[in-house]
Amino acid sequence: MSFSVTAPSTRQKWIAGILVIGYALITLLPLIWIVATGFKSSPDAIAYPPKIVFDPTVEGYVNLFTTQTRLIDGNAEAVEDLPWYEKLVRERGNTIVGPSRFSERFFNSVIIGFGSTFFAIVLGTAAAYAFSRFKVPLKDDLLFFILSTRMMPPIAVAIPIFLMFRNLGLNDTHAGMILLYTAVNLSLSVWLINGFIDEIPIEYEEAALIDGYTRFQAFYKVVLPQAATGIASTAIFCLIFAWNEYAFAVLLTSGTAQTAPPFIPTIIGVGGQDWPAVAAGATLFLLPVMVFTILLRKHLLRGITFGAVRK
Amino acid sequence: MADVVLENVTKSFGDVLALDNISLTVPDGSFVVLLGPTGAGKTTILRMVSGLDNPDSGDVSIGGQSMTGHTPAQRNVAMVFQQYSLYPHLTVRQNLEFPLKSPLLKTPRELIDQKVKHVADILQITHKLDNNATALSGGEMQRVSIGRALVRDPSIYLMDEPLSSLDAKLRSELRIELKKIQADLGATLLYVTHDQIEAMTMATHIGVLDEGKLVQFGSPREIYENPVSIYAASRLGQLRINILPADLFPGAPTGARFIGMRPEHIAQGEGVESFVKRVEHLGDQTRLHLVYKDHNLVTVTDAHTPLRSGDVVRIQPSNPAYFDADGNRLTQG
Ligand SMILES: Nc1ncnc2c1ncn2[C@@H]1O[C@H](COP(=O)(O)OP(=O)(O)OP(=O)(O)O)[C@@H](O)[C@H]1O
Ligand SMILES: [Mg+2]
Repeated sequence: MSFSVTAPSTRQKWIAGILVIGYALITLLPLIWIVATGFKSSPDAIAYPPKIVFDPTVEGYVNLFTTQTRLIDGNAEAVEDLPWYEKLVRERGNTIVGPSRFSERFFNSVIIGFGSTFFAIVLGTAAAYAFSRFKVPLKDDLLFFILSTRMMPPIAVAIPIFLMFRNLGLNDTHAGMILLYTAVNLSLSVWLINGFIDEIPIEYEEAALIDGYTRFQAFYKVVLPQAATGIASTAIFCLIFAWNEYAFAVLLTSGTAQTAPPFIPTIIGVGGQDWPAVAAGATLFLLPVMVFTILLRKHLLRGITFGAVRK
Repeated sequence: MADVVLENVTKSFGDVLALDNISLTVPDGSFVVLLGPTGAGKTTILRMVSGLDNPDSGDVSIGGQSMTGHTPAQRNVAMVFQQYSLYPHLTVRQNLEFPLKSPLLKTPRELIDQKVKHVADILQITHKLDNNATALSGGEMQRVSIGRALVRDPSIYLMDEPLSSLDAKLRSELRIELKKIQADLGATLLYVTHDQIEAMTMATHIGVLDEGKLVQFGSPREIYENPVSIYAASRLGQLRINILPADLFPGAPTGARFIGMRPEHIAQGEGVESFVKRVEHLGDQTRLHLVYKDHNLVTVTDAHTPLRSGDVVRIQPSNPAYFDADGNRLTQG
């Protein structure tokens, strides 16, 4: 077998393209299905055999954002003056009585997810830098201890945390959830970022010290830009965890601070099995992580800087 | 610019004694070259002066002021590192501007541009200014890292083998350039090299290091002509000094174990008989490899010598140096 470093031929490019697109289709199929279901009508969503081609409607989204009751006859106003979403609901004999809790829950997810990611990254970077650059007594033991906090399944510590939260008045609060997710994510961020900072030769900081900068400025101007790739990918991991976390969220939140994951399944119960609304919720729920990942893609793809090394 | 003085500086890393009671003065405006084999402690001395490391005992002072407790920034020194020279996330221009923009210097914009351009011209990297620092050849990186020091006007320039990966032409040009900076601007340099020519042509003073000890300090001439030991003698000279048992030649003083002769200290025509093993014509001169009583010697001779391998040449020492059993110079020699 021989490998060549010449540019691929047109045919090879075609084959590669087809393979990649095929693979993408397979992995993206569930995603496409969810997005599509969000735009189906209720009967279409559960039709068998499944409908590939269907009349798109935003019914699911309207249901997701509103609470409705059956319309009592005789209450008919001038249908012409109603907004489009009310008309849509009327077609099924319902009327909108108010907004649903979805946007609140979604906003909770945003605050708690991004908030805990922010703290996990800031604290994790500071700790990782210290572990990487200073003589920390019992360094290896401390690092292992930090990692060990991640070893048990969340459920194992759920009860003690629940009791602690209740005594501290943190149950069902944003601060409590941010604190909890920060704590859980810290072990990951300290370990990952520590690895990235270890890779950056200390000579760069020394050069900056000589060039007239303080230790903190050297960290800020020389270490941080070079660790950006690693920190960005760590942030994505932290966000994904906090965003998707279900077990703690079910246990510790019920109202004010409830996040989207425990909320979305409750949509099913409201007025029959409303799959399009669930799918619409899931679609919207997927978006922030996707956008965040795409925004940070530049840093992820920049790859490894080999460094201006003279050997 | 200022005098830099090391006083009884000792530094060890674990079991390794990197610097053993070093006392050394770098006079204001001088060009001091540190010579020594790998591991002798050259880089460690530069780090002591820069403040990146601190001595276990002893004192470093710059301009008469003790530097104990001063950060590298407060010492206002510029350093060219032996390794990892450039900030990889910046362009060449940003690398050169970096020290000028520091809180220490806070240079105005026009002056930054002017200095960067000037230094880039000297180092012949103007056309690479907007390259990423990682998109350079090794020699270009090295020049940029020299440039990052030269844009500044520090109390001392510390340079750790700055010309090592350049080609011969560029190296000789930059040698002249660095020497000019020292001579014209009165800059003070502490400079590490393994290169004989750099040491001989640029230095006003040479310090010879051996396993963390400063064994000799003086002008290049002094060290070349009056080495204190076989070790110091071996540091300088394009051709290594010939070291032979002292009793091979008549006239050795008492206590002499070795005789040391630089190539020009072997007079041809009279004396003992030796055989020509090899003749190397280098153009402007010719090297003669001789064998005398099973010992090899190297000397130089006339560029158009008729001598050929197998010929017999009479040689005798002229103005040799004698060393005792420990390799130390005999004072009367
Ligand atoms: N950070 C360190 N930790 C442990 N040992 C060190 C450290 N820095 C230097 N040393 C040791 O100190 C001694 C002197 O090192 P130094 O770097 O000063 O040598 P050098 O003369 O610059 O050598 P070279 O020509 O190879 O650069 C060596 O034995 C080296 O192994
Ligand atoms: Mg060195």
